[in-house]
Amino acid sequence: MSNTKKTLVLHLGLLVVLFALQFVLPAYHHGNLARIMVLAAYAVGYNILFGYTGLLSLGHALFFAAGMYGMGLMINQFGAAPFPALIAGLLAGALVSLALGFLALRTEGVAFMIVTLMFAQAGYLTVLYFGTYTRGDEGFVIQQAERVLWCIDLSDPTNRYFAAFLIFGVSLLLTLRLVQTPFGRVLIAIRENEERARMLGYDVFAHKLAAVVLSGTISAMAGAGYGLLFGYVGASFASVQYSIFPLLWVLLGGAGTVLGPFVGTLFMFYLIDLSSGLTSAYMLIAGVVLVLLTLFAPQGLVGELRNRLWKELP
Amino acid sequence: MTKTKKPPLQPTRRDALKTLALGAGGAAAATSLPLWARYASAQSSEPIRVGFQVHRTGIGAAYGRWYDRTTMAAAKLINENGGINGRPVEIVAEDDGTDPKRGAEVVEKFATQHNCDIGFGTLFSHVVIGSAPRAGELKLPYFVVSEGHHVASGMLNRYTLQPGITDVKSQVQAMAPFVASNLGKKVTMIFPDFAFGHDHRDYFTAAIEAQGGEVLEHIAIPPTETSFTKYFPKIPRDTEVIYHVMVGPAVLTFVKELGEFFGPQRPEMFGFIDSLEAVDIGSPGLEFLEGTYFWEGNPRYAQADQSPYDAFFRERVGVDANGASVSDPKDVSTYAHMFGCWETLHVVKAGMEAAGYQGPSDRAKLIEAVEAMTDMAHSNAHPQGAKVFNGKTHQVFGHQYITKVTDGKLLLVHTTSIEDTLYPDEVDYTTQPL
Repeated sequence: MSNTKKTLVLHLGLLVVLFALQFVLPAYHHGNLARIMVLAAYAVGYNILFGYTGLLSLGHALFFAAGMYGMGLMINQFGAAPFPALIAGLLAGALVSLALGFLALRTEGVAFMIVTLMFAQAGYLTVLYFGTYTRGDEGFVIQQAERVLWCIDLSDPTNRYFAAFLIFGVSLLLTLRLVQTPFGRVLIAIRENEERARMLGYDVFAHKLAAVVLSGTISAMAGAGYGLLFGYVGASFASVQYSIFPLLWVLLGGAGTVLGPFVGTLFMFYLIDLSSGLTSAYMLIAGVVLVLLTLFAPQGLVGELRNRLWKELP
Repeated sequence: MTKTKKPPLQPTRRDALKTLALGAGGAAAATSLPLWARYASAQSSEPIRVGFQVHRTGIGAAYGRWYDRTTMAAAKLINENGGINGRPVEIVAEDDGTDPKRGAEVVEKFATQHNCDIGFGTLFSHVVIGSAPRAGELKLPYFVVSEGHHVASGMLNRYTLQPGITDVKSQVQAMAPFVASNLGKKVTMIFPDFAFGHDHRDYFTAAIEAQGGEVLEHIAIPPTETSFTKYFPKIPRDTEVIYHVMVGPAVLTFVKELGEFFGPQRPEMFGFIDSLEAVDIGSPGLEFLEGTYFWEGNPRYAQADQSPYDAFFRERVGVDANGASVSDPKDVSTYAHMFGCWETLHVVKAGMEAAGYQGPSDRAKLIEAVEAMTDMAHSNAHPQGAKVFNGKTHQVFGHQYITKVTDGKLLLVHTTSIEDTLYPDEVDYTTQPL
């Protein structure tokens, strides 16, 4: 079997397993996996910028929240149906990422991190400032009746699971295809050596801007999906914490790997869930595990798999 | 952290005799019962599992610590008195990190993994609003102790109720008559620039205008602010009352800088104790508050005319006459709010007993039983005071207390009537399907 086929079988195999798990998982883990898939889509979006383009953003919560509020405000303020609201969320993410990319890409390295962080913080404060519409830090509920998409009630556990599966599946396959296209290879070239890519004649700024927009739009899709599937839109999703989470998930799973974001999100979710059952100092346990992983698996879980067993893993 | 605590069930002598009498007949009868019926009998003696969503970490940790103590004390008392329908209460606590995303996950955990009968005890509004949709979808009765207006506003669902603590809208509007009559009619409001502050801004402005007063200036402070002096020149000179509701760790700086700004010549001041919950009123820097007024949900200091119910509540929870822990005088309680956990658990007990609650299949009956409640008498079960529950809006209404800082203590100067706190219904949850 060729390497391309093996890769395809592996990734499609994951999707088949996730699809099948719907029928066997107990209720609690069924709900958890729906959450994890949506959050993993967020991590997949983050990975395009960080893992494949080499740009470390500390402001991705801005994109996640742009999608969530773009969708939520359309429903809450204008009474829109879920589908146009989702499209509004995607457009909000695309526009915000285009604007941020245009400004932030004038910087690089640590300055890029700080600028993205500051923009995200400004976005968070904007949500609070327009509290009349956003309900500020409290947020607002998307009622069950407002979450019916083409006669499909997204608050139903089965429907929610499939919707989450769809969001994750689209983002995963998109990334898998991306890394095989010339555009994706240029992004990797920029990550490896930006000057060399520029000298070869590639428009580095345009490629990086496209990566920011693609990454931001996928993150916004996850944000809009999360709000719609779980019925809540709140400012905490725009806070700095939600910029750090995708970075952690991607680092844990393996930056620059297609499967890494999902593995990292799954690992982190259950690490918190299980350790919180043992002690109130569960963040200490999470911290120790992260330190150990950084020491012994610096490339992340899937990254180590690629290093040790499967060199061609995308 | 998941903690399963089963406060001891201490039956009385009468209960023991009843059990023995029932047991003598029951033992003989049980052998003739079919297998399913014996199992059902065994089921009914299992504990009532109360999923306690507690803020152990995050911004709500100080509140969470006292909500935890109060909840455990209430469960212990209920169990000593025979439990609920003869079954012990078991508290299953999960930390939500004061985070709405984790809060929703915790609610799912209560319903689908811990097999809890109800969810209970959430305080911070954003956690309630983030968690309530999942409680409604899972049909898990969700008893919040939040004081937010989110329940009565109609934002949530039929499975979410607030029967143990009044909401901010009723609290704020009940303050206006006292402020207008005793402190002044020209008010400047200083509040945090997020939803909690906006609620105060909107409800108090309307309420003081209804009393013939006016708000001269609204001064919104950004939540990230650490120094406040630059905002004080915005206070109009003819201000008669400053209304403040600052919260968070910067409140000590706020009070200190306000004192430095005004010196000995200050307008009257009225604030919400939320700013100083779990903070010793005698802390250095708070001297400026001497002679100022506060809203308190329940007076922190034991008053001269203390009710026997308040004395009983303090003794059972372990709070001294100054509102601090009996084991550590520096560990000041969140006394203005935490009674809500105690009262809510007693409402749950009354509701389950009225509904003949046997298990999760009776959750709808429990909701209907609580919705049918109206008057709650001042008693050991309701030590904060008498209350009236509105089954349509799922919100309870009760007396509010205004205290004055006198010689470093908060002394009661006014108690509002329940009528002062009422407002027209904004929702009728009973029209929603169960």
